[in-house]
Amino acid sequence: MSSDLAAVTAVKAGDQSAMAQLYDRYSSIVYAIALRVLGDTGAAEDILQEVFLQLWRNPSAFDSARGTLAAWLAVITRNRAIDALRKRKPETDIEDVIISVAPDLASDADRTRVAAKIRGVLSSMSPPQRRALEMAYFEGLSHSEIADKTGEPLGTIKTRIRAGLLALRKAFQQ
Amino acid sequence: MTQHDQFADDLALYALNSLEGEDRAKLEAHLESCPECRRELEQLRGDGALLAVSTTGPRPPARSRQRLLDAIAHDATQPSHAQKAARTAPARSWGWLGWTVAAAAMILAGVLWKANSVLRQSLNTVSAMRESDARELKDLFRILAPIRSPRAQRVTLSPVKTPAQPQGRVFYLRNASQLVFIANNLAALPPQKAYELWLIPMSGNPIPAGVFKPDAHGSATVVNPPMPPNMEAKAFAITIENEAGASTPTMPIVMMGAGE
Repeated sequence: MSSDLAAVTAVKAGDQSAMAQLYDRYSSIVYAIALRVLGDTGAAEDILQEVFLQLWRNPSAFDSARGTLAAWLAVITRNRAIDALRKRKPETDIEDVIISVAPDLASDADRTRVAAKIRGVLSSMSPPQRRALEMAYFEGLSHSEIADKTGEPLGTIKTRIRAGLLALRKAFQQ
Repeated sequence: MTQHDQFADDLALYALNSLEGEDRAKLEAHLESCPECRRELEQLRGDGALLAVSTTGPRPPARSRQRLLDAIAHDATQPSHAQKAARTAPARSWGWLGWTVAAAAMILAGVLWKANSVLRQSLNTVSAMRESDARELKDLFRILAPIRSPRAQRVTLSPVKTPAQPQGRVFYLRNASQLVFIANNLAALPPQKAYELWLIPMSGNPIPAGVFKPDAHGSATVVNPPMPPNMEAKAFAITIENEAGASTPTMPIVMMGAGE
């Protein structure tokens, strides 16, 4: 059993020290994502609390068979931060967040290695493609909003975003 | 161009919650019936997660850790989130009340099931968990009482001048293998017969999902029948079987419905 899974199992039993371990392991990444999206430390701190409280209250929502805890927390954080940015009610239930991610993200070293590789892929993209991907992911803009902002056709935006995501995937399939 | 190709770009946008309008509705309809695209959606969300984990920045303030630990310590002494949600669920209308209560009850049932599973593994928490389970069970049955009680007034709204039709509603959480089924206006059964609910999987044979008999009002409920874990449902169906139930459905199917 991975240390993440062991900690989540302990959280299910109400073990508060296990929750503290998970916080120590993943609070940096959760906070960094929330801060990147919201650009406000107070708001990012609120998202940090909300994400970990959700994990505490509903640890069974995390299905270890369908992705790593780091990736799951990252996606939930991004979704919650975008909801907060757009001042809307949460659109996705955490139990509905099912992800499939290839690289191991359990340790700081793993995440550092993966992050460096992703930044390499991003820097190899054309600036318009990278911008479209980041506008969708970190600003939560719809494809039509991105098209309006960039003056590019909707179809081009759609293709760029998909190609960008597939380029990230490909980097870990080699 | 295959149908999957047609949705490929939209699927990526959907994974980022960036697809809207008619395109979103069309894709969601397609996803209902396409396991291949659902798998690709999980992959695309994973690709997006890679983008998220590449984010770097300052560490959170030290006070955040204590704030969280204080919150969970306080939370541990309070009724569960699901219980609070169930207690405060507003009765907006008779039409929604049953479903709202049923959904809350299913969440509570899940909480209980999970809690009991953990209980067996953790001797240190046996005493506390038992007390918690007892409270949650009491709450669960209190919430389910209007559905289960034969004395409850039952109101089904239907178009004027149209006879009330049999209807059933399934609430199914595949990941947690939890199911609540509520039906009303069911026809009375011959002696020694019962209705049986079936989960129709994406592939393979129908799976029994509970045997039930309607009460004098034609109402019935099934809560968390024994089922294999993580079965993806294409549809649900009801047949009439012997009271003991059957392992394969006996035709004809008397009611059937696919996901919404």
